[in-house]
Amino acid sequence: MKIEEMNRENEMLYSGHSACPGCGAALAVRFLTRALGPNLAIVLTASCWSIIAGVPPLTALKCPILHCPFPSAGSVGSGLRRGLNAKGKFDTTVVVLAGDGGTFDIGLQALSGAAQRNEDFIFVCYDNEAYMNTGMQTSSATPFGARTNTAPYPLFKEGQKKDIMQIMAAHSIPYAATATVAFPEDMEYKLKTAQKISGFRFIHILSPCPPGWGTESSETIELSRLAVSSGAFPLFEVRYGMDWKMTLPLEEKRTPLSEYLGIQKRFKDIDRDRLRVLQEEIDYEWEFLKDKVKRSEVLK
Amino acid sequence: MPFEVVSGSQAAAIAVQRVGVDMVAAYPITPQTAIVETLANFDARGELGAEFVSVESEYSALACCNGAAAAGARVFTATASHGLAYMHEMIHWCSGARFPIVMVNVNRSIGAPWCLDPDQGDSLSQRDTGWMQIYCSGAQEVFDTILQAYRLSEELLLPCMVVFDGFYISHTYEAVDIPDKKQVERFIGPPTFPPQVVPGEPGNIHGIIPGEKQIQLIKLKYEAMMKAPALFEGINSNFEEVFGRRYSAVDAVTPRGAKTAILAAGATAETVRWSLPQLAGTGMIQLRMFRPFPAEQIRAILKKSEFERIVVIDRNCSVGAGGIFAQELKAALYGLEDRPAIYELSLAGGIDLTGEMLIEMVESIDQNVKSGYRWGDELL
Ligand SMILES: Cc1ncc(C[n+]2csc(CCOP(=O)(O)OP(=O)(O)O)c2C)c(N)n1
Ligand code: SF4
Ligand SMILES: [Mg+2]
Repeated sequence: MKIEEMNRENEMLYSGHSACPGCGAALAVRFLTRALGPNLAIVLTASCWSIIAGVPPLTALKCPILHCPFPSAGSVGSGLRRGLNAKGKFDTTVVVLAGDGGTFDIGLQALSGAAQRNEDFIFVCYDNEAYMNTGMQTSSATPFGARTNTAPYPLFKEGQKKDIMQIMAAHSIPYAATATVAFPEDMEYKLKTAQKISGFRFIHILSPCPPGWGTESSETIELSRLAVSSGAFPLFEVRYGMDWKMTLPLEEKRTPLSEYLGIQKRFKDIDRDRLRVLQEEIDYEWEFLKDKVKRSEVLK
Repeated sequence: MPFEVVSGSQAAAIAVQRVGVDMVAAYPITPQTAIVETLANFDARGELGAEFVSVESEYSALACCNGAAAAGARVFTATASHGLAYMHEMIHWCSGARFPIVMVNVNRSIGAPWCLDPDQGDSLSQRDTGWMQIYCSGAQEVFDTILQAYRLSEELLLPCMVVFDGFYISHTYEAVDIPDKKQVERFIGPPTFPPQVVPGEPGNIHGIIPGEKQIQLIKLKYEAMMKAPALFEGINSNFEEVFGRRYSAVDAVTPRGAKTAILAAGATAETVRWSLPQLAGTGMIQLRMFRPFPAEQIRAILKKSEFERIVVIDRNCSVGAGGIFAQELKAALYGLEDRPAIYELSLAGGIDLTGEMLIEMVESIDQNVKSGYRWGDELL
């Protein structure tokens, strides 16, 4: 689908925001607000988006944005939902927006608490795979083998990317899904599906970041597409932690991982051994996911 | 009015139930637990009239209160010691955001090592966070202060910490005059402060600003807080009309000819009050409001009294500087002619205070030396 063909009526991201050119996170939130708006309230934790939102009284979005401290997103979201309910504003969709740091790392405890209590809001993690606001440091969402400013050459990120989807699925929440900016229809379907469900919903959006990943701003969509086609970031949804479904079934023959990594400077020094480790990790996750999907079908 | 024999913790929980809040979010810690449990029992009986959220940490309790207050809801939480310390980032955030949140802190020592005794350093080390702080000396005062705290907080759009000693107050029982919900609601009414999050209205709420804007907001916060002592008096006049009791930011007992005053806050002030008959020539100052620091009120008391020396009882220690109440008092009296001499008695760690210790302390004062610091354990 071409951007020009998209329904623009509900556009909620104003032009003039301060994201870098080609920012996947800005695009993700543009799609997100358009899908879920206009009756929307966003809780926003410390991240690149704290800056993209602009300097008050200016604002980048056509809905309220409530900023909150870095570890607190899940709990502030819980409170806002209950506060709005107390004021009779049941129809407003509450979205908590956090980066991978605010989700996988410092925000994980509050996120887990809110998920376990099945709080009634949508938690959206835009994942650019590092702490970008503070200048590209390692997070637990950084993939194995990538270079960051806390793992500078000759170092590289050791240890796998944390599997946040399994963690969220283990909370048996009503809905969890992955999405990415190269597939806006798929993202819209998931956001709208989430909006119709009550209880805790989690959307994990892979959001390429040109300065952090060392790519051209024109390559964001291509990267997002390659992440999916290589199997590094499969698109799926999970209901109640049990019902797993691919929303964009992968070809058995995936595109080579080297195509995805090759255009990113953060993987510039990756050697064969590390590439193999990463490939094995992705293959394993891929089989694991296929297995989950198969079991879910049997259960039906 | 009906008197009930309740603990300080129960008095706090019943006050919150009577006030009528929209949401309670809390996490248990000794010696605050009974407050949370009493509120949970109200909830179980369908008498809380609020959402009760069992969050996974104190940090989240206060964060959850932030979110709800942003929508214009009236909220409550309670904690102690390590719980309060764990909230620290959110404590600052609340006042910057101008959320009128009321929180109880039950004083308890902070580790390491683990210690449950009522050192007041937990709340005092939050003195620079932009919260009002009021210290209570008994269960009745706890009940009444919570009612008043909501009025103060919602009028000034500043959070308020209601503080009382662990065990001495939280776990001891007292006959407390407990008005019914209707009467309390007449004193307070529903929350009227404006919501910050208004669905349909764009707003970049608490987004990043430069220091030049931040100083203006800090100034507004400062000015709002400085109105608290006068407003507290006004609220108490109104409170007295409805309930027949009143409190001041600072209280004093000034017997004729008394040259020595003992300054204390919380349950310690009650011990001092009961010990006065054994202490010839001695009066007292009870510090109820600590933030804002009622400097003017203290100066006025000194002006009217004959006090030449003040013994400050500090159930805390700012290591490297001394007792926090004493520091604040010295700062408040700076520049005053005929300043009283200040002697400090440290009850850090939360050790018990007895009448004998007080007598020994007052009698041991060397009047030729204009200051002194004594560790309470050495008087035992
Ligand atoms: C308690 C605390 N620690 C550290 C920071 C500094 N900080 C602000 S944003 C950020 C990184 C955010 O990373 P992420 O959540 O991935 O979002 P991104 O910036 O990548 O969009 C950090 C470390 C903070 N605001 N609060
Ligand atoms: S650093 Fe990356 S995530 Fe942050 S604004 Fe720029 S492109 Fe977007
Ligand atoms: Mg990030």
